[in-house]
Amino acid sequence: MEYAPATGTLSGIWLLVAIPLVSAAILLLLGKRADKWGHWLGVLAVAASFVLGLIFFFSLRGLDAESRAAQLSMWDFIAVGNLHVDFGLLFDPLAGVFVLLITGVGSLIHLYAVGYMEHDPGRRKFFAYFNLFVAAMLLLVLGNNYVMLYFGWEGVGLASYLLISFWYTRPSAATAGKKAFLMNRVGDAGLAIGIFLMFATLGTTQYDEVFSNVSALSSTTVLVLGLLLLLGAAGKSGQFPLHAWLPDAMEGPTPVSALIHAATMVTAGVYLIARSNAIFTANTVLQTVVVSVGALTLLMGCIIGAAKDDIKRVLAWSTVSQIGYMFLGVGLGGGAYALAIIHLLAHGFFKANMFLGAGSVMHGMHDQVDIRRFGGLRKYMKWTWLTFMMGWLAIIGIPPLSGYFSKEPIIAAAFERGDWTSWMYGGAALLGAGLTAFYMTRLFVLTFHGPERYTEDNKHPHESPFIMTVPLMLLALGSIGAGWLLSTSVPSWLEPVFGAEEAHHEAVIPHSLITILGLVVTVLGAGLAWSMFRRGTALEPQPAGVVVTAARRNLYTDAINEAVFERPGIYLTRALVYLDNKGIDGVVNGIAAGIGGSSGRLRRLQTGFVRSYALSMLTGAVLVVGAFLAIQLGWLA
Amino acid sequence: MGDLKLPGIDYGALLPMLILFGAAAVGILIEVFTPRRSRHAIQLTVAFLAVTASFVAVIVQHSTRKITIGGAVAVDGPTVFLQGALLVLGAVSLMLIGERSIERGGPFVSQAAITVGSQKDVKQAGDQPGMTEVYPLTLFALGGMLLFVAANDLLTMFIALEVFSLPLYLLCALARRRRLLSQEAALKYFLLGSYASAFFLFGVALVYGFSGGISLSAVHDAVANPERSQVLLYAGLAMIAIGLLFKAALAPFHVWTPDVYQGAPTPITALMAACTKVAAFGALLRILYVAFDGVRWDFQPVLGAIAVLTMLVGAVLAVTQTDMKRLLAYSSVANAGYLLVGVLALNEEGLSSTMFYLVAYGFSVLAAFGIVTLVRDADGEATHLARWAGLGRKSPLFAATFTFILLAFAGIPLTSGFTAKFAVFGAAVTGGQTWLVVFGVITSMLLAFPYLRVVVLMWLSEPNESTPTVSIPGFLTSAALVIGVVATFALGVVPAPLIDLTRDAAQFVR
Repeated sequence: MEYAPATGTLSGIWLLVAIPLVSAAILLLLGKRADKWGHWLGVLAVAASFVLGLIFFFSLRGLDAESRAAQLSMWDFIAVGNLHVDFGLLFDPLAGVFVLLITGVGSLIHLYAVGYMEHDPGRRKFFAYFNLFVAAMLLLVLGNNYVMLYFGWEGVGLASYLLISFWYTRPSAATAGKKAFLMNRVGDAGLAIGIFLMFATLGTTQYDEVFSNVSALSSTTVLVLGLLLLLGAAGKSGQFPLHAWLPDAMEGPTPVSALIHAATMVTAGVYLIARSNAIFTANTVLQTVVVSVGALTLLMGCIIGAAKDDIKRVLAWSTVSQIGYMFLGVGLGGGAYALAIIHLLAHGFFKANMFLGAGSVMHGMHDQVDIRRFGGLRKYMKWTWLTFMMGWLAIIGIPPLSGYFSKEPIIAAAFERGDWTSWMYGGAALLGAGLTAFYMTRLFVLTFHGPERYTEDNKHPHESPFIMTVPLMLLALGSIGAGWLLSTSVPSWLEPVFGAEEAHHEAVIPHSLITILGLVVTVLGAGLAWSMFRRGTALEPQPAGVVVTAARRNLYTDAINEAVFERPGIYLTRALVYLDNKGIDGVVNGIAAGIGGSSGRLRRLQTGFVRSYALSMLTGAVLVVGAFLAIQLGWLA
Repeated sequence: MGDLKLPGIDYGALLPMLILFGAAAVGILIEVFTPRRSRHAIQLTVAFLAVTASFVAVIVQHSTRKITIGGAVAVDGPTVFLQGALLVLGAVSLMLIGERSIERGGPFVSQAAITVGSQKDVKQAGDQPGMTEVYPLTLFALGGMLLFVAANDLLTMFIALEVFSLPLYLLCALARRRRLLSQEAALKYFLLGSYASAFFLFGVALVYGFSGGISLSAVHDAVANPERSQVLLYAGLAMIAIGLLFKAALAPFHVWTPDVYQGAPTPITALMAACTKVAAFGALLRILYVAFDGVRWDFQPVLGAIAVLTMLVGAVLAVTQTDMKRLLAYSSVANAGYLLVGVLALNEEGLSSTMFYLVAYGFSVLAAFGIVTLVRDADGEATHLARWAGLGRKSPLFAATFTFILLAFAGIPLTSGFTAKFAVFGAAVTGGQTWLVVFGVITSMLLAFPYLRVVVLMWLSEPNESTPTVSIPGFLTSAALVIGVVATFALGVVPAPLIDLTRDAAQFVR
């Protein structure tokens, strides 16, 4: 694989990263002076990136299909011994669609945040971090080597940490920020070691060189490399076993949840695997692991999501679950790569739509997040209700909304894996579709329909201002139309990246049957939820069976994390502190005392008398002359 | 009587020294012929012009490689480099010496002969301008140092040694405050210095007896083909070395260092710490690399033991010092040990890294003593460590600068202290002297303690009533500090240009 150097319009792709970065710097450096207009600068920067992204996208389309990739080497970033890392960017079809998603959805969310954060004293800082995030995410998808990707990867990690704990005076927000940071570190360490391994075995981290040399590696090396990359991807994308931070990350302001923890950053893992498709396709065991992680996570997300009562957490778990679908897709390989990317893009729209909708609900309900305390909001917030409905219908996969076009092909692809595992993965995906319909319908019905169950201080819900509802409407349009548009154009567009679709295995059941089954479970799930929650729900948690209790406790994954990592970690730290205090400090203090003591004694030799100085010099002289003579006479040599 | 054959003299090659000596002589005339009021300005100008002109002369003949004036002076890579270094460091020292805005009349006494404690003394300490003879004296000292690093025979070397030592003895006695301490320091330095010179001279005589010549190449040839008793050679080498080790402040010949550094006027201490070190090591390098390299395996272990002793004494004794100038004196002793490690690598890398270290350390130590001149109370400089507590609160910029310099002394990366230590230790490992490096690293760790203690004292202690003020430095001191700090940082971040320069220069002529 060779990337042509960027020419003409495309040589300006660095502007995509530079504009939001400069804007972030300005907002942070100017401080309070920028408070009045800072948010508009932030919006403008992302919008400018979006416009540029469109221009670049279309100039890329103008090229021949074979040469649709432009590489821009800017400077030698690291040059130490054999290690050469370019500060270079790559604009190809895959990067192109990500750029449009990040800047497009990003612009809408920025606009929304102008209204949402209106009364927050830290709004300028918020937009600075937001722009920083966009710049880092763009660097992540635009880099032309793994080190650049890692650069952006850490950048989004940082921005995410800053934004989750944006209201850092709340202990829960500060803790959630730390949790996200720590769990991401585990994944990041995997990615970093993966990059080291890549350099050690291939001597390069440039995409084109790595991908064309993968075949030279032993299958074990490929497996280890892939697993390390997968660890990184799982950390960033909130996949099992590193998923626990994502729902907690909802402590941040809602636009953050929408932009970072639903639409863009969490898809970085999917991007990493899709970008590294040459590595993942090279080893079937690896693909099986990815598929299994995806299937397991999508079911976990659904089950836990069905038991939660916090509107943002339900959406967060649904994100975990939907990204599970994407992992399933990239794990299946071949044509399913494109399907995963389509689902990712479509999900970006409808999830951002619903998160912002949730934000709008909270805005009108004094930051109430408990869905048991909503109900009947349809009357008060028409636009929010209508747009949220589009998101809801999209995510559960009702034709002709976008989820149908993006999710159903992944389910079908899972059934086409070709052996008995088709039943397992296909079944999981199908079951997930039914569960998704159930818990999303529960969320929708409890929020917008049924009896009003507001708390005393919250009697008068109201609709949000236009600056918030307009982005909702635009995103709703995306939720409706994106799926169909994408599914017809994206597969051929991405062909230069993923290769032509191979002839796949015969499906274990016919495609049409899968489609029908999918619709049936969706309607069943939605119908069940509708009938159960049409009349509202109890205001307090009810005694429940084993499954629901487990789901309420996040399937005990937090407990497992605590038992396996946290407690032994605490004990290890305590043991080390003890060892440090008693053993190492003892030795060190002993040495220090010894030196101090000898210093004090030696000091007394410095009497201040010239005669004693002369004597010590004479002694030294005698010794030196004596030593030389001794050497000459052969006593010492 | 045969014809008296005059040696060929290349005046161009000698020009840097001639300029300094000439300017010093002119300076003495200025003392006689100009009114007292304008002397300071004239002398300062003359001194700077002389140093600048001399530096230009060094630059002009940077590619000269020759032995001239009858074999007395060798102008080669190390000579040119070290002369250039001496002139730059000397110029910065001159800035500290010439500063008069921190204290009325400057740091020097106005008439050194006034009895300490008398009425006149009280009066002169109050407002009379300091004596301006310090400038010619400094120029003589610098000229002597330039000759010292270029001397190609043992007698010239001895004369150069005396030429730069005598003005320094005098300069040490000229402090405006604490004059008894200053005079005591000068007398000690003079007595012990004469003592060491006697060793040096005796060594020269013995080596002459051995080789029948005093030029370094004659000694070299005789070492290669000995015709007389080697007892003469080894005893002579030992005694010459003792003379040089004294000037370089290596243990056990360092005993004068803390007392003299403490007693001398601080700008003179800075001059000694930066320039005397360059001169002493320049001569030591030349003696060992040019004359005695045939017996390198014999002197290496003895001098190695001295290096270890020096590093240990410097580091261990620095731990319990309570006076800033004494602390810096012991640090200077320890640094002499590190320099000797570089010298003992006995390869080209050793030569170049030692020269690099000399320059890097020179700049840092000038900045350090420059800062010491600023912390003052009513009695002059407040050098007791306890007085520095909490200075970080009162003068953050000042404390940050000093912290940076201390970190450089401790060898923290991004400072020249790190690159310089790395260079000499690397050279020593290449030269097979790993055991010296082991001691070097251990003592570096020890030394970090006293430095960091000062940092902790400045930043983490509460200021108390006796915390002195930090004077606003005048233009000259500010310039010296800026040069010192910038050089310390620059040589820590981009050491390559200077290292390349030392590598190009690392070739003696014989």
